[in-house]
Amino acid sequence: MEQLIGVVNYLVFFAISAGIYGVLSLGLNLQWGATGLFNIGIAGFYAVGAYTSALVCGLPPTAWDGRMVGGFELPFAVGLLAAALVSGALALVIGLPTLRLRADYLGIATIGIAETVRLILKNEAWLTNGVWGLQQIPSPLYSVIHRHTAAYITAHPGLPEWQRLLVSRAYNWFYLLLVAAVLIALYFVLKRLIRSPWGRVLRAIREDEDAAAMSGKNVFAFKLQSLVLGAMIMGIAGALYAHSARFISPASFEPLYGTFIVWVMLMVGGTGNNKGAMLGAFVVWGIWAATDFVTDYLPWTAPQVAALRIVAIGLLLEVVIVWRPKGILPEIGAKRRAL
Amino acid sequence: METLARIPQLLVYGLVSGSILSLGGIGVSLTYSILGFSNFAHGDVMALGAYLALAILPLVSAVGIGSGPLGSLSFGPDFVVALVLAAIGTCGVVLVLDRLLFRRLRGAGRITLMIATVGVALGLRNVIQFFWGPQPRYYSAKIQYATMIPGLGVKIKPDQVFIMAVAISLAVLLHLFLRYTKIGKAMRATADNASLARVTGINTERVVAWTWIIGVSLAAVAGILIGIENKFVTPELGWQMLLPIFAAVILGGFGNPYGAIVGGIVVGVSEEVSTAFISTAYKPAVAFLILILMLLVKPTGLLTRRS
Repeated sequence: MEQLIGVVNYLVFFAISAGIYGVLSLGLNLQWGATGLFNIGIAGFYAVGAYTSALVCGLPPTAWDGRMVGGFELPFAVGLLAAALVSGALALVIGLPTLRLRADYLGIATIGIAETVRLILKNEAWLTNGVWGLQQIPSPLYSVIHRHTAAYITAHPGLPEWQRLLVSRAYNWFYLLLVAAVLIALYFVLKRLIRSPWGRVLRAIREDEDAAAMSGKNVFAFKLQSLVLGAMIMGIAGALYAHSARFISPASFEPLYGTFIVWVMLMVGGTGNNKGAMLGAFVVWGIWAATDFVTDYLPWTAPQVAALRIVAIGLLLEVVIVWRPKGILPEIGAKRRAL
Repeated sequence: METLARIPQLLVYGLVSGSILSLGGIGVSLTYSILGFSNFAHGDVMALGAYLALAILPLVSAVGIGSGPLGSLSFGPDFVVALVLAAIGTCGVVLVLDRLLFRRLRGAGRITLMIATVGVALGLRNVIQFFWGPQPRYYSAKIQYATMIPGLGVKIKPDQVFIMAVAISLAVLLHLFLRYTKIGKAMRATADNASLARVTGINTERVVAWTWIIGVSLAAVAGILIGIENKFVTPELGWQMLLPIFAAVILGGFGNPYGAIVGGIVVGVSEEVSTAFISTAYKPAVAFLILILMLLVKPTGLLTRRS
């Protein structure tokens, strides 16, 4: 029974991570799936969201911190909003010089911004603590829930071990609900947006930019709006990550975890389909987690196995691109899709 | 004042790293103009070349090719042979990838191909990590002393002279190849107008193969030259080179191999000279800044390809 509860607790933890990836994947689906924008610097917007929320909601710097600013102890909702705004502003800065040009330029510029963000996080210790990262990021309502669960456990000394295990991790259930609420809310908002005339213009731009421009649409403005809105969603994902991990450092936002895996999730789940984007996040994160369990049975060293896992994810991407470019759940209503 | 006094020396370092960036940029430019997409795996192809040279070196020495240093260089004739073999080997790997992956995607859109190259980049990087580990691999443990160039007041190492000489000779060879050989002319024709080139009977698949061969062998040599200059390589090498190389290519004019050469020199020099004023940690960001400035001022690049 204890083992079963261990599995349940793990699954809750897994679902939180996958749900946060689902948010990232929805953000990318707006940019790439709906508009055809080639953003390969997701990690930059994700990291900026995480650090913004952590600095807005976190504690003031202590004697141990290298940073001298931040820590306003504001509510979680304010952090979420700030994360979205700062990430969106960053996207605006990157979109202005690149969105009038071919897709290649946006691609390389987003790589550039993600790398520059990572350099700043590493080197500007007065703001970010450098490589040490930000610690003790508060989780919303953690103290309240923890007080109740602790009180429940002390009040029931005869509690069976499995119940104690379950109750002691009750906070994660709450956080899972929170992530799920954000994910579902975003899903419905995006569904409305994509179906609206505004979303129809985005798809028109994706299919044929010149034709959209000929119909009198300001292609640049629509692309910019899509890029910024998608980046805001990625910023929200960053905030959700920061408050769940409670510790962030530049290493958390390497291109693999921050950018690449999100692309694989969206391509696997179904580009252009919001349900597919969320499904892909759970499927790919599941594959990723499952490969972690088999590593013990492989004859190679830990760094070798880590490298092989990444090669496997890369192969998965290429297989999907070549043999199933529409993903598990193809875009609804798309007969012909010129990628 | 002391800062300014360092600049001539930094210029020399900039020319050395810039000539390496130029070699790397040529491949990106050719792939873009002839195959029609940006190859985000190009940096990792460079790293693959650098690692293959390391792996081949002991085999070459075992055959009995001299390993004593060539003049005052830090390596011997065996290394030069390994360099050539590594470039050939890297071409082999990429041509296999072309057959298995890129050929299947020729009909797909450009962005699909670019996503595929991002996957290849990550794959190559981790294949390297699988075989050679995440820690740095050393090319040479010897310390090489720089000699003063008389009259200029700057120092340069023999290895750095070798790097620049290789880069210049390869650039000249590339020019002769593109201008005077039949396949070189076919490549330029395809870059100008792919469908017109096909109509006139140019074998497109042959052009594709040669584009890979030229771009990839130059990339492999560039990767090896980085190993010589830095004395070591890590699996992250390719990722670190990506931004400066694309900055060089965009600066020179996307799709123009000559522009990539000019851009490489400008980016290399700017990166090195910037270290006189800002922390070396921000060197990659300098390349990014140049890229953004260029996109704002003249997105077609310094040398615009005639259309």
